Amino acid sequence: MKHEHAKTATQNACKLCNPLGACLAFRGIENCVPFLHGSQGCATYILRYLISHYKEPIDIASSNFHEETAVFGGSHNLKIGLKNVSEQYKPDVIGIATTCLSETIGDDVPMILREYKKEFKNGSPMPIMIHASTPSYQGSHIDGFHAAVHATVKALAEKMPQQRLINLFPNMVSPADLRYLKEILGDFGVPYMMLPDYSQTMDGGPWGEYHRIPPGGTPASAIATAASATASIEFGSTIEASKSAAGYLDMMFGVPAWHLPLPIGIKGSDKFFSLLETLTGENRAEKYEDERRRLVDAYADGHKYVFDKRVIIYGEEDLVVGMTALLREIGMVPVLCASGGKSGLLKKRIEELVPDMDELGIKVREGVDFVDIEDEAKILQPDFLIGNSKGYTMSRKNCIPLLRLGFPIHDRFGGQRMHHLGYRGTQELFDRIVNTVIEQRQNASSIGYTYM
Amino acid sequence: MEQIGILEGRERHVLEKNSGVAQADIACDTSSLSGSVSQRACVFCGSRVVLYPVADAIHLVHGPIGCAAYTWDIRGAVSSGPELHRLSFSTDLQEMDVIYGGEKKLYKSLIELIEQYKPKAAFIYSTCIVGLIGDDIEAVCKKVARETGIPVLPVHSEGFKGTKKDGYKAACHALMKLIGTGSTEDISKYSINILGEFNLAGEAWIIRQYYEKMGIEVVATLTGDGRIDAVRRAHGATLNVVQCSGSMTWLAKEMEEKYGIPYIRVSYFGIEDMSKSLYDVAVKFPDRPDIMEAAKQIVSDEVKTLYPSLQKFKKALTGKKAAIYVGGAFKTFSLIKALRSIGMSVVLAGSQTGNQDDYARLREMCDEGTVIVDDSNPVELSKFILEKGADLLIGGVKERPIAFKLGIGFCDHNHERKIPLAGFIGMYNFALEVYQSVMSPVWQFAPRKGGSL
Repeated sequence: MKHEHAKTATQNACKLCNPLGACLAFRGIENCVPFLHGSQGCATYILRYLISHYKEPIDIASSNFHEETAVFGGSHNLKIGLKNVSEQYKPDVIGIATTCLSETIGDDVPMILREYKKEFKNGSPMPIMIHASTPSYQGSHIDGFHAAVHATVKALAEKMPQQRLINLFPNMVSPADLRYLKEILGDFGVPYMMLPDYSQTMDGGPWGEYHRIPPGGTPASAIATAASATASIEFGSTIEASKSAAGYLDMMFGVPAWHLPLPIGIKGSDKFFSLLETLTGENRAEKYEDERRRLVDAYADGHKYVFDKRVIIYGEEDLVVGMTALLREIGMVPVLCASGGKSGLLKKRIEELVPDMDELGIKVREGVDFVDIEDEAKILQPDFLIGNSKGYTMSRKNCIPLLRLGFPIHDRFGGQRMHHLGYRGTQELFDRIVNTVIEQRQNASSIGYTYM
Repeated sequence: MEQIGILEGRERHVLEKNSGVAQADIACDTSSLSGSVSQRACVFCGSRVVLYPVADAIHLVHGPIGCAAYTWDIRGAVSSGPELHRLSFSTDLQEMDVIYGGEKKLYKSLIELIEQYKPKAAFIYSTCIVGLIGDDIEAVCKKVARETGIPVLPVHSEGFKGTKKDGYKAACHALMKLIGTGSTEDISKYSINILGEFNLAGEAWIIRQYYEKMGIEVVATLTGDGRIDAVRRAHGATLNVVQCSGSMTWLAKEMEEKYGIPYIRVSYFGIEDMSKSLYDVAVKFPDRPDIMEAAKQIVSDEVKTLYPSLQKFKKALTGKKAAIYVGGAFKTFSLIKALRSIGMSVVLAGSQTGNQDDYARLREMCDEGTVIVDDSNPVELSKFILEKGADLLIGGVKERPIAFKLGIGFCDHNHERKIPLAGFIGMYNFALEVYQSVMSPVWQFAPRKGGSL
C-alpha cells in the first residue's frame, strides 16, 4: 500500500546500522575485541542495544574521534586506540569496523594498520588485526555481520593441505542455535570450523572475576584452517557475493561452497542434514530422527490451529526466507514478507520457495520501515505478526498480536536462548506459533475454556 | 586473581580517598581516551536525551540510520498527551546522499513529516557525517520554518564535536531559541520552571505536584512531559529549579543572563535532598510564609508514612556496600545520602561527566577508602567492585550485566527506568528495588559467594 502521505524519511526503522552486525560477529572469535573506528557514541549505543538482548557484558572499543581527528584523519587515534586495547585487553584478535565517520573522511584503514605494525613493533607478538568496512550509509546491520565474517576469513585463512573439515557459516542466529549446530556437527563426528561462534561469549555463565574478554568463540588458529576444509556450508540466500565467506574460500582455495537458506522447517532441516550426510558419509544420529518424528507428529497435532492463518513476517531477509518456508509447510500464509534490508534478492527467493505466491496473495517488500509495515497491516489485517521486539509499537497500536523471534528481543526474557534452526528450533517455533493462536482464541472466547 | 592495571592516561581519573595524605585533584572534563572502552556516549546522545521528552515536537535525526534506530523509544520519559517523541525519524542517508549532500532529502522529509504529524515544532539533529559533508542545516530549517509556520530548530550534535556535555549545550541552545517567544501573561509571581527533570516513569508529575501543593505555579518542565508552548513561556517564571545539573545548568545560566531569572540546584532523590529541594524553593518566596509552611507540611506528611516503611529495608541492608557509577555527579551525592539512610555505605562513586567541583565535593562526602572514578570503564569498575566487596551497583543498562556477571545486585538509575525513583515515593521505590536485588537468594550460587563456576 502506498503511504497516505509522501514518505521520504525513514520512520521507526526496521533495521540497524552496519557496524552493529560487525561487532556481534567479532564477538564470535576467541579472545577478540570489537573496535569501532569512529565516534564514541557508536560503540556505546551498539553496546547498549546488544546488552538489552543478550544480557552479557560487551566491551566495544572506540577510537573516539574528536574534531581534529575528523579534520586531520583518524590515523593517530586508531593507533593509540589499538595500543591501549592491546595493553589492557591482551586480545589475540582486534576486529576493527569502520563507521560512517571514518568512511566519509576516507581513512585508509589497511594502510594505517600496516603503519601501526611497523611503528609499534616491540618483539612481542601483536594481536591479529582484522578490518571490515562497514559504513552505516550502506546496507544494514546484517551487511556488517557478513562483512566481518568475510574479512575474518580473508585475513586468517591460509593455504594448507586439504583435511577432513567442514566450515559452517551460520549467519546471524541465536546463541542457542549456535550451540545446537555444534551439537549436530559434533554428533556427525566431523571436525568443523564454525564462524562466528558467540554461543558462549553472548550467553555464558557467571564469573568469579572480571574477564576483559569472555571465554568462548572460534580461535584464530581454527579459522586459519578454513581453506583446507572439504566443504563450506553457508546459511543464507540473500548474502551479497562479495561478502560471502564460503564464496571467498571457494574462489580462492577451491573449497566447495554449499549455500542453504536458514534451515527452518522440516524441509529446510532435511536439506541441511542430508547435506551433512553427503559430506561426511555418515548417517545422522538417531536422536535427530527422533526430533524429526516428534516434529512431524506435532505438525499433525497442531495443524488445524494454524491452517490458513495469515501473518506478517519481518526481519533480516534470510530470516524472513527461512520463516516463510516453515509457514508454508504448515499451511500458513505470510501475507507480507518484509525487511529493512535491501539485497534485491528477497522477492526472488520467496518466489523460488512459493511459486504460487501471487495466487496466495503473498507480498514481498524490501527496504521498509515499521510505518510501511503498519500501513500494509491495516489493509491486510493479519492474524498476527512475527518478528523482533521493535514491531511491538505497531502491534499494540493496531491490536495485532506479536510473536517475537530473531533480534532484538528487548521486551521479553530469554531471546538469546531461543531456538530457530533445525528440527529442534522448528519444534520450538511451531509450539509458539500454535500457542499464539490458542491464546488468541481463548482470550476471544466468552466461555473461558480451560482446554483448547 | 589476575592483576588488572589501570591504563596509562587513566590513572589520574581514579582516586582512593585517603585523608592522611595530600591528594591531587582528579582529572576530569576531558575527552575519553582512544581505545579505553568508555561508558560515555557522544555529543548527539547528549542532545538527544535532553530534548527527547518534548512530546509535541518531531525529532528528526539527519544522518545514516544508526543514530535514530538506537534512540527509538528507549527512555521511560512519559507524556500526558501527545507522544510524537516516541517515534523515530531519520533521513537515513545513503551513499549517494553522502556524496551529493543531504539537504534536499532533509527538506523533503521535514515538509512531509510536518504535514503528516502536525507537530508544534521540529528538532533536527545533525550527526557525525552531516558535519563533514557540509549540509547547511540552518538554511534548510529556516526555509521550512518559513513555509510551515512552526519553529524548526537545528541541533548541532555531530557526534565527534566534543563530549556528551557539548550535546547538552547544543540542546539547550535550541531551547533558548524557543524560550521568550510565548506570552507570559497570567503567570504568577510565585512560579518556577523545573529544569533537568525528564519525567522518567512520571517523576516530573510527582515533583510538580509537591510544588503546586505549596502554592507555586510550575510554568514549564524542561523537558519532562515537555510541550513547545510551555517552553516558549518559560521566561515568565520567577525561579529556575535545576535538577540533573549536568544537562541544564547552561540553560539556567543563559536564562539568568537574558531574563534575570535566578536558579538553584536541587536533587529529588532521597529524603534529605527531596525535602531540601522544597525548602530551597520556599525560601525564595519570603513574602509568602504559607509556602514554607506548606513545604514543611508536605515533608512532614510524607516522611511520616515513608520512614516506617523504610525500616524493614534498613534492617536487612545495614552494613551492605554499594558502588555508584552514573552519568552526572550531582546524582551521586544524593545517592550516597539515600543509601546511608537505608544503612548502606558507598565503596565506589563515579560519574561519566563530573567536573572538578563535583569531585571535590564527592571526596568530602565519601568515607575513607572510597574509590572515586571519572569516565570509567567495565574493567576498572569490576576491579573495584570485587576489591571492595560491593553488594550492589547503581548504574545504567550498560553497567547492569557487569553486576550480574559478578553476582551482585543492581539498581537501574538511568533513563530506562520504569519505576519512579524521585520524590518521597521514589525513595520508597528505590529502597525496595535495592532490597529486592541485594537480598535475593540467587546470589548464593554466584562464584563470589562460593558457588561453582
